[in-house]
Amino acid sequence: MKAFFANRLALAGLAIVAFFGLVALLAPVIAPYSPTDINFKPMLGVSAEHLLGTTPQGNDIFSQLVYGARASLLVGLATGAVIAAVQLLMGIFSGYVGGWVDAVLSVVTNVFLVMPGLVLLIVIAAYLPQRGLVTMIVILAVAGWAWGARVLRAQAMSLRDRPFVEAARMSGEGRWWIVLGHIVPNMFGILVANFFGAALYAVLAEAGLEFLGLGNINNVTWGTMLYWAENGDAVLLGQWLYLLLPGLCILLLGMAFGLLNFAVDQVANPRLRRN
Amino acid sequence: MKFLLRRLALLLLTGWAAITLNFVLPRLMPGDPIEAMLARYQGRLDPRTVSALKIEFGLNSHQGPLSEYFTYIGHTLTGNLGTSITYFPTSVASIIGSALPWTLGLVGFSIVVAFCIGTALGAAAGWRRGSRLDTFVVPFGVMLSAMPVFWVSLLALYFLAFRLGWFPVAGGIGTSQTVSISGIGSIISHAALPAMTLTLVSLGSWVLLMRNNTVSVLGEDFIKFGRAKGLPERVVAYRYAARNAILPNFTAFALALGFVVAGAIFTESVFSYPGIAYYLLQAVLSLDYPLMQGIFLVIVVAVLCANFLADLLYVFLDPRIRLESRS
Repeated sequence: MKAFFANRLALAGLAIVAFFGLVALLAPVIAPYSPTDINFKPMLGVSAEHLLGTTPQGNDIFSQLVYGARASLLVGLATGAVIAAVQLLMGIFSGYVGGWVDAVLSVVTNVFLVMPGLVLLIVIAAYLPQRGLVTMIVILAVAGWAWGARVLRAQAMSLRDRPFVEAARMSGEGRWWIVLGHIVPNMFGILVANFFGAALYAVLAEAGLEFLGLGNINNVTWGTMLYWAENGDAVLLGQWLYLLLPGLCILLLGMAFGLLNFAVDQVANPRLRRN
Repeated sequence: MKFLLRRLALLLLTGWAAITLNFVLPRLMPGDPIEAMLARYQGRLDPRTVSALKIEFGLNSHQGPLSEYFTYIGHTLTGNLGTSITYFPTSVASIIGSALPWTLGLVGFSIVVAFCIGTALGAAAGWRRGSRLDTFVVPFGVMLSAMPVFWVSLLALYFLAFRLGWFPVAGGIGTSQTVSISGIGSIISHAALPAMTLTLVSLGSWVLLMRNNTVSVLGEDFIKFGRAKGLPERVVAYRYAARNAILPNFTAFALALGFVVAGAIFTESVFSYPGIAYYLLQAVLSLDYPLMQGIFLVIVVAVLCANFLADLLYVFLDPRIRLESRS
């Protein structure tokens, strides 16, 4: 824990996530207008009333940007949590229980690893009649859970044969008690690293799908902002802030998750630890 | 051999899974996607096509689902991918055939260049862990891997192609040119910007991976031994550390490839590059399911073939794998 907080990269990542968290929570206070209000003059430039101008459809860009933090943060954290939970279960069943369960789960994991994730996502999204944030989280988890699952399996397998687990078994502790009391706590570091890795993937993939028009284009998110920026030809008409800023926010939030993933990995992974 | 056979079995299984997904997804999804597709094209397709499509997707069919499934597999394996609806009456296979070379060129170039630059940069950073280079390379790598590809492509398109006019704004080749030797200059200038964006964004993961591999190899005994023998640092760095650190990169190839293919979807869409990912997106947006399924399958198969090549290379490079199978 101390090593984690001493890490400047981790602190930077944490600060960025906290910043966007605050913006998302206080969005109604920060944003001067409703993000879906289209009663403004379209294509206004930067002014005191419209800090970043207005869109070709007549939305206030600053308000949209503020509200957009909600979707990205929600999808990132929720997908990260779902994926981490699935990976934990897979890791325990595959690595600790072993046997034919492990054989089957390993093959399934490997198939999902080789399958190009985003293409699979696009194909699934194409069949969906309605797309909201919840379906988005579900399909992101379906296409992205395998990444990192193998590390947890390896960890669970190596824990199974450690002396302290052996000792617990000898002293007659029940199987699931051992799993909860000894295995899970020792997988925690890798699990947290995987959580942030999955959050990074989710933020980028969600924005990507929405940019392609495969989300709900009426939601206000950074991805749909870029969708409208491209399809409304906002950029060619000179409204380039509309293009620059949502992407920059996605980049910053994704980078924060990436930094946290990297920093936790450096602490939790014994092979990368500095001696 | 055992390793390769195991990998081959996995890849074949994945190919089967992709075909099965193609078959199952439209039948399982809520809201009857096929009916929606047919309703959308109502009156624009002749009745014979509609009934052919219905049979293909299992509506109005007199077969049971199981025999439908085997017919579908049979058709797919013989290259019969159906007919595109938006580009009617062109067959899906011929659309894919004309689009595939563009994507192979773009993705192939980007992945090779990104691998070379990224690996070299990552090895240098890991070797000098904690140095100024390392403290720069890590955040830089994280930033690159968090870059939204479509956003970078849009920015590049707007500033470099549209505002400055250094590159063509769209397409794979000039309108007056044909695909031939004389058109090669035009092909290169059209591919330059998409290829550069794709290379840039896929660089990050290689940098971070190689950096961490190098750091963990440096803790191994054979590095200490090499140093103890009094070998020059350069020899230890290249022949001892880098050679071993690079091996896991080949096993990570599947992930990296998936990433580049994903990137290609965005770059081709933004730059209107006439590759396979561009058609995939058109098919998805216009509910052209036969075309979409065909492209999905071809992308998966291409990724599987590339993976197998990486595996072959891995066996060639890592004597441990070769020896394991002999004993």
